[in-house]
Amino acid sequence: MGDRHRLLSTAAMADFVADGFLRFDALVPEPLNWAALEEMKELAPGKLRRALHGLSGRPGTLPSGSDSIESPESLTPLEDCYPAPSALGEVLRLPAVAGIIESLVGSNPVFDHDFIHHIPAGAPRGQHLHVDAVLEPAAQAFDIQLFYFPTAVAKGGGGTRFVPGSHFRRARAEGIARYQHVLGEQHYSGPPGTLLVFHQGLWHAGQPNPSGEDRWMYKLRLNPRVPQQRLWNTADFPGLHNDPRDHSFARPGSHSVAQRLRRMAPWQKGHEGRYEQMQRAALWRYLSGDPAFDVDFYQTRQRVRAGALSPGER
Amino acid sequence: MRQQLLYLWLAESALDTEVVAWAVYDGAKGGGPALPSSEAAGAFPYATGLEVIESGWRLLQAPQAGSPVGTTEPLLGELQFQFIFERWVAIGS
Repeated sequence: MGDRHRLLSTAAMADFVADGFLRFDALVPEPLNWAALEEMKELAPGKLRRALHGLSGRPGTLPSGSDSIESPESLTPLEDCYPAPSALGEVLRLPAVAGIIESLVGSNPVFDHDFIHHIPAGAPRGQHLHVDAVLEPAAQAFDIQLFYFPTAVAKGGGGTRFVPGSHFRRARAEGIARYQHVLGEQHYSGPPGTLLVFHQGLWHAGQPNPSGEDRWMYKLRLNPRVPQQRLWNTADFPGLHNDPRDHSFARPGSHSVAQRLRRMAPWQKGHEGRYEQMQRAALWRYLSGDPAFDVDFYQTRQRVRAGALSPGER
Repeated sequence: MRQQLLYLWLAESALDTEVVAWAVYDGAKGGGPALPSSEAAGAFPYATGLEVIESGWRLLQAPQAGSPVGTTEPLLGELQFQFIFERWVAIGS
């Protein structure tokens, strides 16, 4: 168990459930950003070479490189990745970064993969909107992806495009490519050392970089190995976590988790938002360990009604 | 003549509900009348699908009724209410 002061709050965790991401501006201090950038430049060719070799499907030995820093293998416990001296390792072990990771996926998740995303100045093409990896069976346990920007990214400088609140929308990776614009989408820009933390399902895309500055980003996917249940600083949990009576059409709470989960993204309009709420409530049931938690009674009335079924129907 | 396509995703199944996402494809490669911005982020010039047909676009496809959700927890997928519009334009107009 780490220092609880560096962990996320219940309020931040509820915001992550609602929005599918958290943002921490200038979290990594400047001198470390410079060192991390140099290390990223050193690592980038090797990571690209290995990915191209693997994706090519051609038999044969992977061409050897001259990496002075070893890239971790998948399934490596995070604590064994990038041992000192490594600037990226130092970033991941910063108390603030480690606290975010621990709050969401436990203190020692496993390394899935990472990559250095470099968009050179003047790069004309962006990616289509996509979801990473594959359509997976429905489950509440989730991976996180860290997006770390060691340098400042100006508006229009190739910052990642993403759609807040899209993480429960299950789609094949490129099935969502056709959405050129979504109301409320964001195009990242920000100061050096900023960290975005995404739920695995968040829709996103790399962007063109018409600016005069190269854009560098380190992206890391982590898998939890423990139930993601109340791993954060729960000091504010009793005051925020609500029971199933928190219901907009009866008596809604004002400062409850439910109220945070009702806040919809601009593209989530009207009654369709109720299905988003149901998904958010289900994830909060998992995170909080409270199977009775609900937002606006959608699950609770089914549980109540279940008592009306005859034994053969249950 | 060339075809211009406009994809809209609306908040509900009705054409007079709000636009939540959009995409454009220009068969005229810029040689026809200006399209709603396809590159710059920002406000879309039409608030609803109805405003689009009022501006002269023809409706090409409207969403079919969706399958009823099952008895288990309903799953969310891609955006529900996709409408496709077209207009034919003379190059150089």
